[in-house]
Amino acid sequence: MNAKESTFSNVPANPAFDEDQELVAPVAFDFGLDRRGFVQLLSAGLLITTSVVPALAQQRAGRGAGRSGAGAGGVAARLQVGKDGIVTVFTGKIEMGQGGRAELTQAAAEELRLPVSQVRLVMGDTRRVPDDGVTAGSRTTPGTVPVVRQAAAAARQILAQIACERWSVEASAVEVGGGRIRHPASNRTLAYGELAQSEDLPKAFARGQAEAALTRPDDWKVLGTSVRRPNYRDLVTGAHQFPSDLRRPGMLHGKILRPPTMGAKLTAIDLEPAKALPDTVVVRDGQFVGVAAPTSAKARAALEALARTAQWEAAPHPSSREVYDYLRQRARGGVPSNPFAQELPGAHRVLRQTYHTPYVQHCPLETRVALAEWQDGQLTVWTCTQNPFGYHGELARAFRLANDQVRVVVPDFGSGFGGKHTGECAVEAARLAQAAGRPVLLKWTREEEFTWAYFRPAAVIDIEASLNAQGQLATWHFININSGGAAVESPYRIPHSRSSFVQSETPLRQGSYRALASVANNFAREAFMDELAAAAGADPLEFRLAHLENPRLRAVLQEAARRFNWGERAARKSAEVGVGLACGTEKGSFVAACVEIAIQRPANRIVVRHVCEVFECGAILNPDNLVSQTQGGIIMALGPALREEMQFAGGKILNPRFAKYLVPRFSDVPVLDLHFLDRKDLSSLGGGETPLIPVAPAIANALHHATGVRVHELPIRLPGPEAGHPGA
Amino acid sequence: MEKTITFTLNGQPKTVTTDPSRPLLEVLREDLEMTGAKYGCGEGRCGACTVLVDGQSTFACITPVGKVGQQTVLTIEGLAPAEGLHPVQTAFLEEGAAQCGYCTPGMILETVSFLKSQAKPTEEQIRSRMEGHLCRCGNYPKIIKAIQRAAGTGQ
Ligand code: FES
Ligand code: FES
Repeated sequence: MNAKESTFSNVPANPAFDEDQELVAPVAFDFGLDRRGFVQLLSAGLLITTSVVPALAQQRAGRGAGRSGAGAGGVAARLQVGKDGIVTVFTGKIEMGQGGRAELTQAAAEELRLPVSQVRLVMGDTRRVPDDGVTAGSRTTPGTVPVVRQAAAAARQILAQIACERWSVEASAVEVGGGRIRHPASNRTLAYGELAQSEDLPKAFARGQAEAALTRPDDWKVLGTSVRRPNYRDLVTGAHQFPSDLRRPGMLHGKILRPPTMGAKLTAIDLEPAKALPDTVVVRDGQFVGVAAPTSAKARAALEALARTAQWEAAPHPSSREVYDYLRQRARGGVPSNPFAQELPGAHRVLRQTYHTPYVQHCPLETRVALAEWQDGQLTVWTCTQNPFGYHGELARAFRLANDQVRVVVPDFGSGFGGKHTGECAVEAARLAQAAGRPVLLKWTREEEFTWAYFRPAAVIDIEASLNAQGQLATWHFININSGGAAVESPYRIPHSRSSFVQSETPLRQGSYRALASVANNFAREAFMDELAAAAGADPLEFRLAHLENPRLRAVLQEAARRFNWGERAARKSAEVGVGLACGTEKGSFVAACVEIAIQRPANRIVVRHVCEVFECGAILNPDNLVSQTQGGIIMALGPALREEMQFAGGKILNPRFAKYLVPRFSDVPVLDLHFLDRKDLSSLGGGETPLIPVAPAIANALHHATGVRVHELPIRLPGPEAGHPGA
Repeated sequence: MEKTITFTLNGQPKTVTTDPSRPLLEVLREDLEMTGAKYGCGEGRCGACTVLVDGQSTFACITPVGKVGQQTVLTIEGLAPAEGLHPVQTAFLEEGAAQCGYCTPGMILETVSFLKSQAKPTEEQIRSRMEGHLCRCGNYPKIIKAIQRAAGTGQ
């Protein structure tokens, strides 16, 4: 390949929120590609760049069928019945610990009347599965579960029909269960596996539309129960192979040369010293420089040789100290003024406040990793991603390949939290593998993950509100600058209310995160609600309830307060112990939390001692998994609430290590008192995100309860430095 | 400078000839294809790489391979007996102590060495001993329960 000048940018100009407020902003790679070769490819008709969906998957289910929840095409797109009676189900969703594998297995087992052990799930292999969209935004439960149930119910109907035809009996005369069709009157049975012996079944599946009736929640036998992920045992034996554990014959280990500061441009480099090292492949393609060698140690040595000769031109970059001013100054179209300004002079009280939340990192325990292999012009990448078809498209674009020349395979991987939507690691591994002519495994280091992955966006939030003489909210104006519009609307009843999201220019690369902007928006709103309650002379609980109509939100708030014994605990005054509450709604589900904090002196530390959270997300599909997701979400949320914050200056991340960026540890875990309102009458919603959103504001409100200090910024700190974190 | 290092890995004698300053974690994963110990930070701050060296829990990412010469190294792959599971594995399985499972091998091996020195730890002792281990999925409550179950102190 000709080493023509190419561009490589780590800060995309226009990060885009999709319709579900997922923020997916891939790195733009533009490898120097020989133009003549490009044209030849075109004229040979091999180049398809417009669609990112592999033909097979498109044929199977239509793009994004599972994402929208619309009915899939033929049943064959979703599942196959083996001659051994095992049903294989195909989905573009992935498993990273959030529980999708168990839930989708349950969905199929329920409708097929099968034990879960008879169902196999193929996830996230773009050659084999339909595109179900990004595994994010709590969409697996409301989007993909219904689609899988539809297909499985249709399959059950088709299986029964074929049996009825063979026996010449009415559909009403047979029973389905345990993987068999039974005709009690004649005592005959046919197993799914037996029906799969004939050609009728795949033909009927290919024709079959997913329109059969679904099992009612009251009749659920498998859904609504605590089923473990089928490969669970492999997690405790070490047998499970995470993407970083994969090996291919002849595989090399890759490393990428990173700029010393963000936005710096490579102006000169001498590749020769690195090339002179034994068994080492060195690639330069414009701004892209990387190496591959038989061991990580050898790759590191080559990288060090490259770093010694590289010359860079730095770009100006703001620091985290000035980032909030930076974002405000660059608000697109300016910061909107209060449309209810003419109401304010007559108001009883007017309050305004600005809230700040910093950039934070997802820190999935398994860093980004990709194993790339080229064979006969076909590119296969095994990787960890929440967005297999997005990666597929990025790879096809970067290497100008047809869709069917790319395959992305996603083994169950080590967590993501919204941080694994973009495919730069996969593209980098593929570029190295292309140059090496051998498979290359590229594993980002923790420091790379902290620097070159994307961040949860920082937010600047302005709120201005007024109260009437009765202490009721009269006007409300809320602006989120930069971090997003999720949960930006107030759930409270206010006569004049306007909430908006304004984009800005981000100095750090930003993207999705578990519950993304709803964390910042709910923090600001719920902290401010306490200030308004105080101004109205009302209890925070009573003030909220006086403005809440939504019965589902009222229900979780009242239940949390009751279980926590809010009235009594809020009446107690202590400088060392405080209680606070907050509620909210996001992605259609409802949550409230009451917390108790203790203030430790002289360590100057806030310890969250007790969290009582009540959560309602419709009909519960898997209670045990919901407990894991909820307590994991609350614990994860403690990090940005109390300590996590990216510090940067001069284009460098100053705290790119767990020693300096403090995530929650065992000692941070409070007493968790979780309650779920199971609404079998309502459709099921995802539970992995919403439980995070009341945590920070409830802590902020508890801090005020104890100390009288109002909080306007995350992370929440006491004045003065905190003595060493126990885990640091 | 390469050196020949011999140690016992999961009951099998192993000899590697390599730079003795390489981290044990890399040699296990890359040279010996034993991938149960995971990389999480490379600086001794997450515990994902935990192995037992002569029975002591050790962060393999900051242990030079040259240090384990003549010693016994146990990774998660070598923990279970020929049939079935080690009791700590059973406890983690039954309590659902893994979400993504990436931290799990390290958590299990730390527990194995912990319970050898302290058969009936209190919850406070569990938290303090496990403090060096990160679970980004935040599954700490179930991990604590699993340790209590393995110690026979659970409710
Ligand atoms: S990888 Fe060894 S402690 Fe994190
Ligand atoms: S289970 Fe995912 S890091 Fe612990």
